[in-house]
Amino acid sequence: MTIQDGSLNAPVLNGAAVGNGRPTGASAQAPGDSTLASDAITNDAIADDVVAGGVAAGDLVVDVRDVHYGFAARSIFNGLDIKVRKGRITAFMGPSGTGKTTLLRLITGQIAPSRGKVVVWGQDLATLGRSEIYGLRKRMGMLFQNGALLTDLDVYENVAFPLREHTDLPEPLIRTIVLTKLHSVGLRGAAYLMPGELSGGMARRVALARAIVMDPEVLIYDEPFVGLDPISLGVILRLIRQMNEGLGITSIVVSHDVQELATIAHDSYLMSGGKIVASGTPKELAASGLEVVKQFMTGSDDGPVPFHFPTTKSYRDQLLGDDE
Amino acid sequence: MSAVVSDNLVVGSLRKIGLVTLFLVRILGQCGPALARPSLVVHQIFNAGARSLVIIMLAGLFVGMVLALTGIDLLKRFGSEDVLGVAAALGLIKELGPVVTALLFAGRAGTSLTSEIGLMRATDQLTAMEMMAVDPMRYVAAPRFLGGIIAMPLLAGIFDIVGLFGAQLVGVQMMGVNAGTFWSQMQGSVHIDDVNEGIIKSVAFGFACTLIAVYEGYNAAPTAEGVGLATTRTVVASAVLTLLIDYLLTAAFL
Repeated sequence: MTIQDGSLNAPVLNGAAVGNGRPTGASAQAPGDSTLASDAITNDAIADDVVAGGVAAGDLVVDVRDVHYGFAARSIFNGLDIKVRKGRITAFMGPSGTGKTTLLRLITGQIAPSRGKVVVWGQDLATLGRSEIYGLRKRMGMLFQNGALLTDLDVYENVAFPLREHTDLPEPLIRTIVLTKLHSVGLRGAAYLMPGELSGGMARRVALARAIVMDPEVLIYDEPFVGLDPISLGVILRLIRQMNEGLGITSIVVSHDVQELATIAHDSYLMSGGKIVASGTPKELAASGLEVVKQFMTGSDDGPVPFHFPTTKSYRDQLLGDDE
Repeated sequence: MSAVVSDNLVVGSLRKIGLVTLFLVRILGQCGPALARPSLVVHQIFNAGARSLVIIMLAGLFVGMVLALTGIDLLKRFGSEDVLGVAAALGLIKELGPVVTALLFAGRAGTSLTSEIGLMRATDQLTAMEMMAVDPMRYVAAPRFLGGIIAMPLLAGIFDIVGLFGAQLVGVQMMGVNAGTFWSQMQGSVHIDDVNEGIIKSVAFGFACTLIAVYEGYNAAPTAEGVGLATTRTVVASAVLTLLIDYLLTAAFL
């Protein structure tokens, strides 16, 4: 097997149920267990870890430091601090429009913060060129909310796409890898269907197979549970856990489905108003006394997070219907 | 007020020209890697070219027939029906072939390119490629750009051939012009420079129309309205640019 970019240092031929050779001991922690792999703190900047007091620099995959971001006149983030640790499932929760997907775009270098730093595997994304960012992305997989499958390719070719682009593996080996990955998401039999012939849940599973086909070290899930029936939702939940426990993949999950996340996440962040308002294990969040956390966890429309979008019009508009 | 509007128009136009130029530089940089994967380019030649064949051939036939009708009406007044073949051939090869093909190409293939790429943007397919460390400029934009540039002269050539058949159909079969005269006059008076002019024009139109189509699709707002507006801009800008380039090239070849 030849890998053109040299970024794959682990065997490619792995199904979801098969380990890939990476150390998974630190990653196989049960959800809710926030024990850290090491007490050694080598970086002052990460000593203020909001999740758990301190993280060894090598254990830190993503380090977002005092990030500010906005577009037009709207501010999305006002001093965001986040740390994602190796081998763990980290959940980002928050109301709609709070910037969860924007956070993923920041972490993956699709957009740059107006202030602050986004550090991934110890590298400040602002200092990297396009090819270096691409180099980092080869170590990541991303599951999009709608699957984002290439509509002119069938399921098989969609999953084979990253292999064809980044490796010169022989066709029989590509076929073996693709079918193994499809098998791991239960869709080996759908290999020759077109994306238009798939249900939403199937499309997301195909996208998951594509995301793991290069054996990434980090998997990013953008709203993976939206619009799924209970069976598909259960399958996706199981797969996320399996990817983490079986392959030792660090997982970043963005969602507002509290109950589902509580069953799989090791660390959770609750975002609101452009900041992290709470962090900890899902159990800790559930037991939090903070009003904003309670409102989000119970789904109440009465609380610090307003149901109505803030108006910019004057009271005359609102009360008298006067357009001035 | 009007000064502000015209200033904005000038600044906006210059900005757009700058953005398109930067896009062109990026796309040209990816043409080499795209050519290294000929199957992608061939697929796009098929999409832009083969799938436009029916409309191009139909249009060519009718344009040739109309050209013969108007031509014979004009030439009869001077007793020069014999040169109908030359008039039709020069009109088609130098002017109508490349121009009408470009206008039809913008309407058929250009809109298809813009809406396809725009929808890829709207459905996160381009972002997904970026996340897989695959530059969409290389995989999506450059093959389509090259495919359009290659397809346009081929389509213009087919338009010319079918157009000449249409002119012959009306001029010779219906209006009674002598077939030998029709073809021999054409053979004697149409030179390779005339053919080259048509080819150069169609390549230039292909370059402009495909660049606009790919640019508008790539930069379309990721909404249904955004893709619709981008598609409209493609047709309008391609048509105007085609006619402008046609004037400049015709003047240059005189």
